[in-house]
Amino acid sequence: MKRIGVFVCHCGSNIAHTVDCKQVADEAAAMPGVVHAQEYKYMCSEPGQVLIQEAVKEHNLDGYVVTACSPRMHETTFRKCAGRCGLNPYMVEQVNIREHCSWVHADKEAGTEKAIDLMRMGVAKVLKNEPLKAATIPMTKRALVIGAGIAGIQAALDIADNGFPVTLLDREHSIGGRMAQIDKTFPTLDCSACILTPKMVEVAQHPNVELMTYAEVESVGGFIGSFDVTIRKKARYVDTKRCTGCGACIQKCPSKVPSEFEMEMGPRKSIYVPFPQAVPNKPVIDAPHCRYLQTGKCGICKKICPTDAIRFDDQDEVVTERFGTIVVATGYQQFDISAYEEYGGGRIPDVITGMHLERLLNASGPTSGKIKRPSDGKEPKNIVFIKCVGSRDEAKNRPYCSKTCCMYVAKQATLLKEKLPASKSYIFYMDVRTGGKNYEEFYRRTQVDYDGHYIRGRVSKIFQVGDRLIVRGDDSLLGRPVEIEADLVVLAAGMDPQHDARELARTLGIAYDAHGWYTEAHPKLKPVETQTGGIFLAGACQGPKDIPDSVAQGSAAAVKASALLTKTELTGEPMIAQCNEAMCSGCGLCVTICPYKAITRQPKQERIHGKMRERMVSTINSGLCQGCGACTVACPSSAMNMGGFSDEQIMAEVDALCQR
Amino acid sequence: MGTVMVSTTVDNSEDFRRRLKEVYGIDTALCYQCGKCAAGCPTAFAMENTVRQLIRMIQMGLIREVLSSYSIWACAACETCSVRCPREVEPARLMESLRIEAQRAGLVSDKTSKTFHDLFLQSVEDHGLLHEVGMMARLNVLTGNLFSNAEFGPAMLAQGKLHFLPKKIENPEAVARIFANVRKKRGEIK
Repeated sequence: MKRIGVFVCHCGSNIAHTVDCKQVADEAAAMPGVVHAQEYKYMCSEPGQVLIQEAVKEHNLDGYVVTACSPRMHETTFRKCAGRCGLNPYMVEQVNIREHCSWVHADKEAGTEKAIDLMRMGVAKVLKNEPLKAATIPMTKRALVIGAGIAGIQAALDIADNGFPVTLLDREHSIGGRMAQIDKTFPTLDCSACILTPKMVEVAQHPNVELMTYAEVESVGGFIGSFDVTIRKKARYVDTKRCTGCGACIQKCPSKVPSEFEMEMGPRKSIYVPFPQAVPNKPVIDAPHCRYLQTGKCGICKKICPTDAIRFDDQDEVVTERFGTIVVATGYQQFDISAYEEYGGGRIPDVITGMHLERLLNASGPTSGKIKRPSDGKEPKNIVFIKCVGSRDEAKNRPYCSKTCCMYVAKQATLLKEKLPASKSYIFYMDVRTGGKNYEEFYRRTQVDYDGHYIRGRVSKIFQVGDRLIVRGDDSLLGRPVEIEADLVVLAAGMDPQHDARELARTLGIAYDAHGWYTEAHPKLKPVETQTGGIFLAGACQGPKDIPDSVAQGSAAAVKASALLTKTELTGEPMIAQCNEAMCSGCGLCVTICPYKAITRQPKQERIHGKMRERMVSTINSGLCQGCGACTVACPSSAMNMGGFSDEQIMAEVDALCQR
Repeated sequence: MGTVMVSTTVDNSEDFRRRLKEVYGIDTALCYQCGKCAAGCPTAFAMENTVRQLIRMIQMGLIREVLSSYSIWACAACETCSVRCPREVEPARLMESLRIEAQRAGLVSDKTSKTFHDLFLQSVEDHGLLHEVGMMARLNVLTGNLFSNAEFGPAMLAQGKLHFLPKKIENPEAVARIFANVRKKRGEIK
C-alpha cells in the first residue's frame, strides 16, 4: 500500500476557528495508508512547505493530501512543493476545508465533522493517484491572422516585428477593413485613411508578412503549435504578378455595378479596386457582373491590358498550410436597418445609416465630400440622428450597447456643422456613453460649440410629407412629444457580428455568445485568449469596439501569439482524457460530444482468435484536449478516463464518504 | 400638452438664446440636465416648472411659455443652484434674466410676485437693506390684501424680528451706486 501523508492547514484562524484541526489530523493518522499526519498554521508559507518536504523524506511518502484552501489558490504551490522533493506533482491532492467548509459553517463540531469527511475523500483518492506526465507538442513558428482590418493589421505588424513570419488573410481583395470606409476618427478628427494607409503599406511591405487577400478559411485541423488551415484563394482573373495596377482596365470596363464600399451610393466597374488607396492596389474581376465571363462578349480589359495580366480562365485555388498560432480579427458588420419598419426599413432614400454618412462626408466618396441627400441631391438643412438603432433593443435581440455610436454621431454632427454651417443636427439619444479618453469633452463640444441639439428619447416613427421627413419622438426631459421636419435622417446603426461569424467559430473550434460575438477565455483576465489553446482574438469580432480598443487588442493578441512562437515545443496539460482502447467500443459518442474536436476514431489492428482484425477506437489528441471531461461522462463503456480524475478515483472518494 | 414642432421652435428661438448668451452671459447649451439645481432649490415646491425644466424649455425653444411661467417669480435668488451647478450655467442669474425679459415682453404671469419683487428692490435701494414692515405694508396696499400675512406679525415682533423704523447701514451710497450702475446697464440693453 502507498505511504500517504496528511497536512492540515489552519490558515491562521480562517480554518482553525471553525474546524478542530488537531482532530482532523488525528482522524487522518488512524486511516489505512496514512503514515504521517500533522497540522500547521500556514501550510502555504515557506516553513510550511519545508515541513511537508521534510515529512516526505522522513516518512518516505508516496503522496500526500493537504487540507487547506481551494485548489484554485494553492494547488500549484503544493504540486511544485512535491516536485522539489522528488515526488510526481500529480501525487498530491488538495482538499478544500476553507471555502467549502470553515467559511460557510458556524458550528465547530459540524465543521470538524465535514472537514474529516473531506479529508477522508482526499486520502481515498490519493491512494489511487498515478504519476502523470505532460506530453510535449512541437511549435510551428508561423502565425495566421484572419481579417485584415485595423486590429488584424496591428496584430500582424507586431508579430512580424517580434521576428516571426505571419500570414495576414482577408476575404476582401484589399486590406483595411471598416476603418478604410470611415471619413474621420473621433475624438481627434484625424482623417481615417491618413492614419490607416501608412499601416496598410507598412504591413504589406514588411519582410515577415505574407498578404493573402481575396481568400477565405475553409477548414482548420490540428491544434496549438500545428494548425493545418485550408484556405480558398478566390479567382481574381488578374495575374497579380504581371499586373502593375495602372488602372487602364478599370477605366475602359463598360459594366457598372453599385459599389459595396460606397454603400451602393456610387458605381464601380466589374473589374475594380474597392478604393483608391487599396492594398494590394491590383484589381479583381467580379465574375457575376463581368460581361465576358457571363456572355463571352466584351473582353476589353484583356485587350487593353499592357502587361497581359487578365486571366479569364483563372480558378479558385485551395491550399493547406500549417501555422503554430492563429489570431482571429474578423471584425463586425453594420446592423441591418430593415428590421426597423417604423423608420422606413431602409426604403426611404433619405433615411440612411452612419456608414452611408461616412461615405457622404468623405472627400473620395460618391459625392466627393459634398453633403447631398440620396433622394434628390439637395443639401440638407435639418438633420436628425437616431441613436441605438440595433443596440439596446431587446425586441430586436440586440440587448447590448454598440459602444461606438455615441461618439461617431457626435463626430458626424460636428463634421456636418463644419461643412454646412446653416444646418442643424437633432440627436435623439437614450443615454450618451462617452467612456474613453477625451470622449466626453468631444461630445460636450458638439453640443456647446457645434450646435448639436440632443433630445433624450427614442423616435417612434418617421414618415414622408412632400420632400421632407417628419420625425416623431418624445423629449423625456421636457416631458412632451416632439416633431422635427427633417431633410435627412441618419440611423446610428449598431454593430452586428459578421453574418458568418458562427460558421467560422465552428471551423476554428472557438466559442461565441448568443449573438455571435466570439467569447474570450476570461472576461477580465484573459481578454484576448479563447478557450482553444493557440487561438487569440483581436478587435470587434469579440464585441463592439472602437479603433483605439481594437488596436490595443490587436497588439495584446500579438504578444500572446509571439510568446507561443518563441517556444520550440509546448508542454501539454497532463490532466486530459485517456482512452482505454481495450474497453473502447468505437461507438464515437465521444467524438461528437467533444467541444474541442480532440477525439477521432481510428482503426486499430488486433489479433483475435488467431486472426488479425481491425476495429475502430477513439484516439485523443493531447494538443487539443482541454480536460473538460465531457467524453468521460458520455462514454457508455467507461473507456474514457480523465488523468487525475479517473472513474476509479472518483468512486474511491464516494466510497470514503459513504463508509463512515 | 400638444406636440412640440422642435425644428420650428428651435429655429425661431435662436435669437433669444443668443441674447441670453451675449447680454446676460448665460449659455443654456452648457446644461446637461442633471437636475442638481432643481433638487437643491428651496422654492421648487412652489414652481410649476423647475429651473432644470425651464432650461430644457429654453433649449427646445419654448420661450413664450418660459417667460410667462410663474416659476421665474417664485425664485428666491438664493443662488444655491448657481453655487452647485457642475457646468457653471448660473441658473440664478438665468432666472433674473428671465424676469427682466418677461417684463420687457409683457409676459409677467404673476402680478403680485412682480410687485413683491419690485418693492423688495425698492426697499433695499431706499434703506440699503430690507425694511420688512414697510415693504409688506406697501405690498398689501398695492395688492388690496390689507391683512395678508399679518398673522405672522405678533410672533415676529415678539422675537425682535420686525422693526417699525428702517435700520441704517454704514455706507448707503455704495448700495445706491449699485442700483445706479444696474439702471445704466439696463438702459444699454436693447
